[in-house]
Amino acid sequence: MNRELTCIECPMGCLITVEGEDTLTVRGNRCPRGAIYAKNEVTCPRRVVTSTVRLQDGRMLPVKTNQPVRKSEMFAVIEKINALHPAAPVHCGDILLYNIDEDAALVACDNIE
Amino acid sequence: MKNTYDLIIVGGGPAGLAAAIAAYDCGVTDILILEREDRPGGILNQCIHNGFGLTRFKESLTGPEYAGRFIAEAAKRNIPLSAGTTVLSISPKKEVTAINDRDGIFTVQAKAVILAMGCRERSRGALNIPGTRPAGIYSAGTAQKYVNCKGYLPGKDVVILGSGDIGLIMARRMTLEGAKVHAVCEIMPYSSGLRRNIEQCLHDFNIPLYLNHTITKIEGKDRVTGVVVSEVDEQKKPIAGTEMHFDCDTVLFSVGLIPENELTQEAGIALSPRTKGAIVRQNRETSVHGIFACGNVLQVHDLVDFVSEESEIAGKYAAEYILKGEVPFDDIPVSHSGNINYVLPQVINRNIGGNVKFFFRVSNTFRNCVFRVRSGNKLLCEKKKRIAVPGEMETLLVPAAKIADVTEPIEITLEVQPNE
Repeated sequence: MNRELTCIECPMGCLITVEGEDTLTVRGNRCPRGAIYAKNEVTCPRRVVTSTVRLQDGRMLPVKTNQPVRKSEMFAVIEKINALHPAAPVHCGDILLYNIDEDAALVACDNIE
Repeated sequence: MKNTYDLIIVGGGPAGLAAAIAAYDCGVTDILILEREDRPGGILNQCIHNGFGLTRFKESLTGPEYAGRFIAEAAKRNIPLSAGTTVLSISPKKEVTAINDRDGIFTVQAKAVILAMGCRERSRGALNIPGTRPAGIYSAGTAQKYVNCKGYLPGKDVVILGSGDIGLIMARRMTLEGAKVHAVCEIMPYSSGLRRNIEQCLHDFNIPLYLNHTITKIEGKDRVTGVVVSEVDEQKKPIAGTEMHFDCDTVLFSVGLIPENELTQEAGIALSPRTKGAIVRQNRETSVHGIFACGNVLQVHDLVDFVSEESEIAGKYAAEYILKGEVPFDDIPVSHSGNINYVLPQVINRNIGGNVKFFFRVSNTFRNCVFRVRSGNKLLCEKKKRIAVPGEMETLLVPAAKIADVTEPIEITLEVQPNE
C-alpha cells in the first residue's frame, strides 16, 4: 500500500511516498529526518507538543516536550501540562516533568526570573 | 542616555537583534536598540510552537528559544537595549525621536539607522465584511498573545478566516486548549500557509479547510453568535446559494501581514507598492544613505531563519557605512515576470561587491518550473523546482563574479517546463 505524506519536520514540507507493509521504502524526502518521520507516521504518529504553564505568580511560561509524543496522547499530555504550576525562577531547558508520555519530558522554553 | 550613537536600531525582535550582533562583530560597538515592548524578542515571544531555527541551528526550536539565543548573544556583547521605548519619528538626517516612561520624549542622533520594526496584521476593517460589531472578533496574532502570554482563551467555538500560518497555528492552539474550531476559510484556491502547518494543525485535528470560501456575514449583537460562509467565484465574488451557517462565539482573522512602515515613510524613504516595505539595494540600504531595513518591515518572511540572515546583511553593511563612509549609488533595477509577485532586493548597487541572494514569491502554485536570473542576454543563475507555492519564499543566489559585470537591468523569470 502506498501512502502520500507531507513531511512536517521542517518548512520545506516534502511530499513523501511510503511503500510496502513490513519493510517500508520512503521516497521524496530530502533529508534523513523525513525518512524517520514517514516511518513513524505510518506506524505510530508522533508530535512535539508545545504549550504554556501558568507559574504560581500567574505569569505564563512556554514549554515543549523534548521529543515527539504519541499523537493519540496529545490531549492527555496537555492535561498534565495544565496541572503544573511551578514557581519562578525557571530557566530555558529546565525539566518540569519527566515521562509526560513514555520517555518524553516537559522542558521550559524561556527564562523567567 | 547619550545624545549620539553610531548605530540606532529600531526594533528588538529577531531582525533588530541579529542586525545588532552582526554590526557589533564588524567593529561597531556604539549601538542602541529601541524596543517598544517591555522585553526583546518581538513576535517570537508569543510564537510558542516549534519549527524555528532548522536552517540556522539545525534543530527545531520554539519561538522563545530562538529569540533567547539572540538575546543571549546580544547580552554577551553588552549591546544596550532600551525596552518600553516607542520611536515617534526618524528624520532623513538620522535623528531618532522616541518616548518612554524613564526619559520622556528624547531625540538621539545616529550615524546609521537600521529599521527593524516588523509587521502587523491586516484587520477586519481592511476586508469590509458586512454585519454587526460584536465582541469576539480578533486577529489571529492577538488571540495568540491572549492564549500564550496572558493565559486567556478568547472563545470556545471558533471560525478562522484566512489560512495564513498564524491562523493555522491558532487553529491547533485553540483546539489543544479546549476550544472547537469549526472551520478555516480561505478566499484563495490555495493556502498561504506552509504545507507542514496544514498537515499538523488542521489534518491532525480534523479541522476542515474551505478553499475558495469567505465569511460574508458576522452575526451577534454583544457577542459573536455565528457567521455565514460563502463560496466565491473566480472574481472572488460570493456565489448566491452556497451559504453555510456556523454557530460560533469567536472569529479569528489571519488575512495577511503588512510591514509597519509609517516611520519609514516619514523619513522620506521610497517604498515598494509590492512589498509595502522600503526599496533596498543588496546591502539592505534604502533610498536614504545610511538608513537600512531588514526583516518583516522590509518583506514579510515565513521563516525567521531568513529574517536573521537578512538582518545580518543589514548589520554588516550598516557597520561598513559607519566605518568606511557612504557608498555612492550606481543602481541597476531588478524586475520580474508576471507570475512572480515581488523580488527583493529591488535594486543592485554596482559599487557593492559580493554574492547576491534574491528573495521572491511566486503568484500561484507551479509544478516543474525553472527560475532564471538574466541581465540582457546573459544568464546569471538558474534553478529548477518540483513545486513552488505563494506561501513559501523562494531564493536564488547569484555569485559575485556574475554580478560584477552586469550592465543591463536584471529580470527574474519563472517558466513552467513541459512534462518530461
